[in-house]
Amino acid sequence: MNSAACDGPSARDADDVPLHTLKILVAGGFGVGKTTFVGAVSEIRPLRTEEVLTDVSEGVDDLSGVEAKSTTTVAMDFGRLTFSGGVRLYLFGTPGQERFWFMWDQIAYGAVGAVVLVDTRRLTSSFASIDFFEQRGIPFVIAVNCFDDARRYSTDEIRDALDLDPDVPVLLTDVRHRDGAKAMLVRLVEHALQMSRA
Amino acid sequence: MSGMEETPRERWVGREAGPVVRPYAVTRGRTRTRGGLVIDLVTILVATGRTPGDRVWLSREQRRLLELCRRPSTPADLASETDLPFRVVQILLEDLHQYGLIEELPQPERDSGRPDPQILMRVLDELRRM
Repeated sequence: MNSAACDGPSARDADDVPLHTLKILVAGGFGVGKTTFVGAVSEIRPLRTEEVLTDVSEGVDDLSGVEAKSTTTVAMDFGRLTFSGGVRLYLFGTPGQERFWFMWDQIAYGAVGAVVLVDTRRLTSSFASIDFFEQRGIPFVIAVNCFDDARRYSTDEIRDALDLDPDVPVLLTDVRHRDGAKAMLVRLVEHALQMSRA
Repeated sequence: MSGMEETPRERWVGREAGPVVRPYAVTRGRTRTRGGLVIDLVTILVATGRTPGDRVWLSREQRRLLELCRRPSTPADLASETDLPFRVVQILLEDLHQYGLIEELPQPERDSGRPDPQILMRVLDELRRM
């Protein structure tokens, strides 16, 4: 069952009432495919959040032309998967820049974990995300988005380059495809379960 | 009832008059929540069914949120549905909670701050079946 089946106005069954809600963060640098990932497995819906601008808004497309404002709203990618028994899984694509970290703490509270999307052409842009989850003991998996024009690396090469703990799953994937994105979510939940038993 | 408490920024001149300070913006100028109830993105909230007391003034946005909460919902869904920024929704919902108009649908597994493994197992099954 997917979210579309339950999100329509005709959905009046018991499953449409949330009883258990879970969060997964989708993190990574700018332009790495967070929106694509969320959209591949769930219906994307708009979610705005407010941000106080403390410095120039370089690098964030939503903010161009608003330099004179002291606050603005930022769109977050938000997807929802509705399962039987009132179980809902929410996906939140988090803005990658460090100045959004005040939001991350709120989003990460009680989360299952995070999928960190990595572009091998810009590895450094994922360091901040990885540090964030490592420091807070939040389970995360690395999804290496295989862009067509990017050189292919092995998962071991990527693990070394990112200096990851051996138990952090690294998967090569194409987030444009539902199966690729779905496999990442499965791996993350498996990893979160392993960590909860440890 | 705790829902009748005055908010810190309001002053009352009499029972009938209502708050002297009327809201000038959706959140009455507030940009931060007061603390207390933790309204997370995915906290499940539902209307208690109580009617607002005479002294409780609800904004159009709050009435809309209250209406939507007649069916259990989450702040993330509510923000998306009303097209209000999440933080604004968080503040308005906190008011509704303080007035006793909405309550949290408890999820025991969330008390520990980590999802319950049994729920994770269910999610895993569902994801694999997708």
